[in-house]
Amino acid sequence: MRKPFAITLDPGSSLANHTGSWRTLRPEYVDRLPPCNAACPAGENIQGWLAHAESGDYEAAWRLLVQDNPMPAVMGRVCYHPCEGACNRGALDDAVGINSVERFLGDEAIRRGWGFPQPAERSGKRVLVVGAGPSGLSAAYHLARAGHQAVIHEAGPVAGGMMRFGIPKYRLPRAVLEAEIARILALGIELRLNAKVTDLLATMKEGAFDAAFLAVGAHIAKRAYIPAGSSAKMLDAVSLLRSMEGEAKPMLGQRVVVYGGGNTAFDVARTARRLGAEESVVVYRRTREKMPAHDLELEEALQEGVMVKWLSTITHAGESSITVEKMALDAKGFPHPTGEYETLEADALVLALGQDVDLSLLEAVPGLEIDDGVVKVGPDMMTGHPGIFAGGDMVPSERTVTVAIGHGKKAARHVDAWLRGARYVPPAKPETAAFERLNTWYYSDAPKTVRPLLDVIRRQSTFDEVVGGLDEGSARYEARRCLSCGNCFECDNCYGVCPDNAVVKLGPGKRYRFNYDYCKGCGLCAAECPCGAIRMVPEEI
Amino acid sequence: MAFQPIKFYQTGTFTVGNRLLPPEARAVQANMRRTNSLNSGHRACQGCGEALGARYAIDAAMSATNNRLIAANATGCLEVFSTPYPETSWQIPWIHSLFGNAAAVATGIAAALRVKGASGVRVIAQGGDGGTTDIGFGCLSGMFERNDDVLYICYDNEAYMNTGVQRSSATPPAARTATTPAVGEQPGNPFGQGKDVPAIAMAHGIAYVATATVAELRDLEYKVRRAMEFRGARYLHVFVPCPLGWGHASDATIRIARLAKESGLFPVFEAERGEVVGVSKIRKQVPVEEYLKPQRRFAHLFAPTPRPEVVARIQAIAERNIRKYGLLERTT
Repeated sequence: MRKPFAITLDPGSSLANHTGSWRTLRPEYVDRLPPCNAACPAGENIQGWLAHAESGDYEAAWRLLVQDNPMPAVMGRVCYHPCEGACNRGALDDAVGINSVERFLGDEAIRRGWGFPQPAERSGKRVLVVGAGPSGLSAAYHLARAGHQAVIHEAGPVAGGMMRFGIPKYRLPRAVLEAEIARILALGIELRLNAKVTDLLATMKEGAFDAAFLAVGAHIAKRAYIPAGSSAKMLDAVSLLRSMEGEAKPMLGQRVVVYGGGNTAFDVARTARRLGAEESVVVYRRTREKMPAHDLELEEALQEGVMVKWLSTITHAGESSITVEKMALDAKGFPHPTGEYETLEADALVLALGQDVDLSLLEAVPGLEIDDGVVKVGPDMMTGHPGIFAGGDMVPSERTVTVAIGHGKKAARHVDAWLRGARYVPPAKPETAAFERLNTWYYSDAPKTVRPLLDVIRRQSTFDEVVGGLDEGSARYEARRCLSCGNCFECDNCYGVCPDNAVVKLGPGKRYRFNYDYCKGCGLCAAECPCGAIRMVPEEI
Repeated sequence: MAFQPIKFYQTGTFTVGNRLLPPEARAVQANMRRTNSLNSGHRACQGCGEALGARYAIDAAMSATNNRLIAANATGCLEVFSTPYPETSWQIPWIHSLFGNAAAVATGIAAALRVKGASGVRVIAQGGDGGTTDIGFGCLSGMFERNDDVLYICYDNEAYMNTGVQRSSATPPAARTATTPAVGEQPGNPFGQGKDVPAIAMAHGIAYVATATVAELRDLEYKVRRAMEFRGARYLHVFVPCPLGWGHASDATIRIARLAKESGLFPVFEAERGEVVGVSKIRKQVPVEEYLKPQRRFAHLFAPTPRPEVVARIQAIAERNIRKYGLLERTT
């Protein structure tokens, strides 16, 4: 071809120049573990399901959620949400209201009747689950989804365990509980009520079970010796809360004193207020900082007019009064009596001093180790007896519904592996997406929507649910406050900020890839990634 | 201002795109089929702000003109790293003539297009601060005064980087360059009265003058789009950090640009026919130290002998900008 004057070469493209050879650092896409997921006792992929909720696909969000936890509507009400305590957004403005979004998804699922898919294959193995509380239900659910036949033996007349007999209605309406239990049972799980297991090995042999998961809970109230006059009215928290499920409500009187500092003590005190008590006082021997009850529970109780007497022990209970002794903490934080006494008016005294486990069903089982009233289990949730696993309140752990549900899942995975003669090895956890890894400039300020609290007055007189739910708009808004820590949410920043066009956008849902032919390794993509999903690693030269 | 940030989403309009935004609300740069006017393989340094700013601006101009665009380029980094004969990274009609005549060449192209009746094709002239505020200044002023139908884009990296970081009239006070070393009583570039080219452009009364940074893509794209709605002479001044010349990490380019704006040292605004019609407010104000410290060209202000009085003079410049343009959100 004839070229113009003074032109001797054809025009070429700079694409011939592979600038990737300049690179000393190489960007790589990573998925880090968001702190919420890391903190969840039930092991939920919170960031994952929030991402679906953000785009308004609530069913996909719910389906991802229930891969780990079959009871989101319950969880969205009773969980003390350690996820929110860990949330990176808390350092920015206010933690994402994960719990309220979970509840919205749970309620939405009940309203629309979403169900669980039946397992694709059946293994033919039978697993005995003892106890229909959160842990037992969770284990049965996960076993059923893995294709095993789960049979629950429940000592009580209804399923639910402590979710029904320990948690008051104003925190967990029974219709919600029943809906979620029914959905789990619809997976083909057999539930036998009023079927207390007294001899575990005999029951297993009788039912031809291949393995067992024990989750009998802790239903026996701990006692403390308190000198009492003959006419003093003393009850324990477990039986009081249990009797709230019956027809005849307990008579407590005008002035109620609750002894203890756990969540149960406050549940009782709040229940007493609702039963008409004018004064409801919690007596606890240590200070607020040392108290095992959750802040949230205390906060709501105080709002409802529950009073707390810190650093006090009860030394005597009379007909219409009790005597308390003031305590002082020593240098180690341990309470010591001071010899100062005080009298409190009281029509009834309720002891909420913790619960013990009824371990009678294990008496004839060899190999079990029992320590401090609970059953020892390995990291695989198996007891000392092969094939017998245990979880929930009967093993050493924090006693919450969420932990119990997590135990159920974990145990089910190990039971499933054990039934196949294998070992379940949990996948290695990626590095946590710490706040320092985020580029928070890109997140706009959006304070948390406050869940509408029922009027305090109304709460004191009825058993209506205290905390309201979010409507669709605010649930989606709340979900969209998620920072997506450590996991790409396709904001296009890396694709935009690369001065060398070395980031290839693969389309919706497919994320991006680096074109290492041209990437010079400047690190702008990693520095400007809002959620810390890119890392720079030294290039091997 | 016509550019409305969307605050509803987790990242709103601060990020380039967002899967939750409707496609039309995303940046041109988020588009899988963006022009990539300045393509891969160019020889700009790692983390080059100018390469980034040029692609941002020209892709936006291509999108605004339906890909009917011709660009004239002054001598400088942008020309040298993109087009070592016979290779080029440009995927648009592009011409380079001399260091000082980009505005005049663009004027000629616009005139030729008018004569040919091809007024649908738009013309851009572009250059660095040297080719714009120093060497090409006469041609630029003439283009403004004649109101030729050209958008002139200046990528300001505050010195002659291409030839080895010599001082230009856009170099800020106290900055160390090859020709203003950090020695003597007043180290670095002396404090002068400055040369505010956007203000000079406004003084010509031309249709549209705006400033932008590579840290605010949405704002930059909006300004290019807005500039293309006018006929006649227009001027866009884009702040583009230079990792090599300024001595900062290659991954800090966008952060440095952001700090320049957030400290008030680089006011981001737009003006029509000589009057300011919109300013980009400071979101999280920072003292100028935060901007100065990561840059080696200002290192002599902090070590071995700290020079707080010099930093205070630079802070005073930032505060004058904040006052002059009303850069802070009024707190009531």
